[in-house]
Amino acid sequence: MTTPASPYKVIGSRPLRPDGVDKVTGRAIYGADVRLPGMLYGKVLRSPHAHARIVAIDVSAALALRGVRAVVTAQDMPTIGDKIADLGESTVNLRYTSNNLLAHDKVLYYGHAVAAVAAENIHIAEEALALIKVEYAVLPHVLDGKAAMAPDAPILLDDLRTNELGKRGDRPTNVAEHFRHQRGDLAKGFAEADVIVERTFHTATVHQGYIEPQNATALWNEDDQVLVWCSTQGAFSVQEQLAELLQIPISRVTVTPTEIGGGFGGKINVYLEPLAALLSRKAGHRPVKLVMTRAEVLAATGPTSGSHIRVKMGARRDGVITAAEAELIYEAGAYPGSPVGAGSGVIFAPYRLDNVQVDGYDVVVNRPKAAAYRAPGGTNAVFAAETVVDELAEKLSLDPIDFRLRNAVREGDRRVDGPEYKRIGFIETLEAARNHPHYTAPLTGKHRGRGVAAGFWFNWGGKSSATATVNADGAVNLIEGSTDIGGSRASIAMQLAETLGIPYEDIRPQVAGTASVGYNDVTGGSRTTFGTGWAVYEVGNKLLAEMRQRAAEYWDAPVESVTVANGVFTHNGDAMTFRELASKLDVPVTASASVHPQSYGPGFGVHIVDVEVDVETGKVSILRYTAAQDVGRAIHPSYVEGQLQGGAAQGIGWALNEEYVYDDQGRLLNASLLDYRMPTALDLPMIDTVLVEVHNPGHPYGVRGVGEVPIVPPAAAVANAIYHAIGVRMTELPMSPARIIAAIEKSRSGLG
Amino acid sequence: MKSKVIVATTINGDDVEFLCEPRQSLLEVLRDVLGLTGAKEGCNNGNCGACNVLLDGVLVNSCLVLGVEAEGRTIETVEGLAAGGELHPLQQKFLEHAALQCGICTPGFLLAAKALLDHNPDPTEGEVRHWLAGNLCRCTGYDKIVRAVLDAADAG
Repeated sequence: MTTPASPYKVIGSRPLRPDGVDKVTGRAIYGADVRLPGMLYGKVLRSPHAHARIVAIDVSAALALRGVRAVVTAQDMPTIGDKIADLGESTVNLRYTSNNLLAHDKVLYYGHAVAAVAAENIHIAEEALALIKVEYAVLPHVLDGKAAMAPDAPILLDDLRTNELGKRGDRPTNVAEHFRHQRGDLAKGFAEADVIVERTFHTATVHQGYIEPQNATALWNEDDQVLVWCSTQGAFSVQEQLAELLQIPISRVTVTPTEIGGGFGGKINVYLEPLAALLSRKAGHRPVKLVMTRAEVLAATGPTSGSHIRVKMGARRDGVITAAEAELIYEAGAYPGSPVGAGSGVIFAPYRLDNVQVDGYDVVVNRPKAAAYRAPGGTNAVFAAETVVDELAEKLSLDPIDFRLRNAVREGDRRVDGPEYKRIGFIETLEAARNHPHYTAPLTGKHRGRGVAAGFWFNWGGKSSATATVNADGAVNLIEGSTDIGGSRASIAMQLAETLGIPYEDIRPQVAGTASVGYNDVTGGSRTTFGTGWAVYEVGNKLLAEMRQRAAEYWDAPVESVTVANGVFTHNGDAMTFRELASKLDVPVTASASVHPQSYGPGFGVHIVDVEVDVETGKVSILRYTAAQDVGRAIHPSYVEGQLQGGAAQGIGWALNEEYVYDDQGRLLNASLLDYRMPTALDLPMIDTVLVEVHNPGHPYGVRGVGEVPIVPPAAAVANAIYHAIGVRMTELPMSPARIIAAIEKSRSGLG
Repeated sequence: MKSKVIVATTINGDDVEFLCEPRQSLLEVLRDVLGLTGAKEGCNNGNCGACNVLLDGVLVNSCLVLGVEAEGRTIETVEGLAAGGELHPLQQKFLEHAALQCGICTPGFLLAAKALLDHNPDPTEGEVRHWLAGNLCRCTGYDKIVRAVLDAADAG
């Protein structure tokens, strides 16, 4: 770890997480573990077609089955007008969300929900699904973004018009939006270049792959209070979506988040919560639990966009990039809203560019509606750009890290999509990667190669609230509203302990729901340790001010004469610890704070990977992996390392194996974890991390987000390593054995 | 007509009798009939390992075992790992190494690792990775899990 001397006692240490014992003993309650008296079990009927008009639905036989208590279809949903909702990592039109929850007139993808059933047990609910008769008129479908842009492509949404550079089009289309970021003079920039590289890339649809399927338990009470328990990245976001989609006052909705078994952006949109609520109302106000199967998770939630990307870059012999151009076509799935906007901001973010243009296209296709996935849109974009950057460095005979250093952004530079960088740590991160022993370690052996790639993510601040109470024993109860997906109870509690000057073990954090704490945005956008950390810093300072006042009252002294440092209050030679003072309180001390900080700092990562390619089978093995990243300040270094390691592993899966495979009817063929192949322990080496601490001056403790950056570079790093191993540039993800063999054969035949 | 069967078994050292339908999996019985929700359902077809339990000391995916097959057998679940008020060394090492992020896969990993160490108390890194290849974790990249298991082996 590259760490300057720390002024802190708690921050930077590695204590055990507060929820750890519950999670290693099986005691922690996740969404599917919720059980209420009188609870019914639900199942969802899904479309077997990629694109079809719903002619008729007959639920009478299902309702007649013994043990079935309710069936709902789109007719039970309120009609929703167009309204854009900001979910933190993405925006959605709630009318489309409503249609996605239960298909209204058309099904738009294989797995699109059509009806839902509640019954006395899960097996009866399953039997009931088979009794629902749906008459479909099958329509032609389109799965590929480029094909969907063709003039004669099947149209998914009759009312969709292209937002073409800010103007609304006048023809039915699958292109929801075309936007452009532009600066300088591209023609001039390419004319100045000594070397130009242009390539086109394709990346497959991939899924977040959290191990816990979506779930929701809802109770619609007789007094129209709607209570929901679910695993979500944001209880308040679920509350808002439910209020809008069910057209009920937000104060009538109470969402209690359970423990959550992974999200990665995929547990922000609601899928089951509104259905469970509607079923509960219809089933005589009994609670209803819905849990997806793995096949449903893959077919109907997430994923992130497949994409077509063209990148053209030019550089001078001295290593300066003179021009960069990109066109990104992202598949949004069945409704608009791919992460092409973010991809377009990320694609050239690491480099100073005077002449640059980026065009983005958001295109609907007959696949599930894309949801946020860890640095949404970033991995695809950077796979393309960093492959071209590697090729430029090679053509200029420059070391790939030196080439990047020569063009690296620093404070004061501007991204193509607008904002100016404040203090960032890209250069320090590149230097840390270059200085890591991995970068210069000998790599010998046939068909082995080393690749590097850089990556960027914006990070986010968002809104956070927290409340704390001082106990008589000196411990502090902390109520926070950020669901804990990867150890954030620890990183938040550590910041409160540091602020108060008391031991970490004296902080008792709890994650609460919408009824128990002020508003919190989702755990997403790499914001929680930053934003909720800031909220507890404010809470801590308020508690200290109040405690100082109480100390002054105890000593019968003016408050100005009482000082506090390291959890000890002093006055005139008298001293009292936080704990001693707490034992003397007759009126409780409580403090709350809500914050909305804007000064989040973006992050950069540089990854180094060694691979070996089996040229007979096409299998790529990861031999060694190192991830360096500017992490701001690592509050709990173990969990920061874990973010880097986990992000790298997900990126490796995206690079080598993961993809949605459809048949010619648009039916998903690999909706299981055997066939949707995510990395196992056997597929990976240890993943080295280098935490580069360039503190964010916009946070009391220097925190930057860390969770998303690490999934951005891996696909490009692996592709570059494969090139250096076998001399073949891979332009498609995943770089699965079949694609490696095809690329080798194409290159041998002189077509590559 | 009766739809359920009575099954007598031993779970975490306790004699247990339960009623289940012949079509219910052991996972469903543990979770929905007996309230032992430590075993998790990630896939319900044997691909992810989140529902791992030990059946007569053998590691199984409880989603692939029928509840009625538990008759006369001995079952160990994550709820039985900590004995006598102490965490099992694997549980302790998972905490110390930050080997869990979201924690949903953790019960399965703990039981898979226990089965490994019962069978091979001093595994190599490669043996740990091979043995744990039936358990999916999407958060950690496995690095800290493998280290925790190796450290628990050293401690044992």
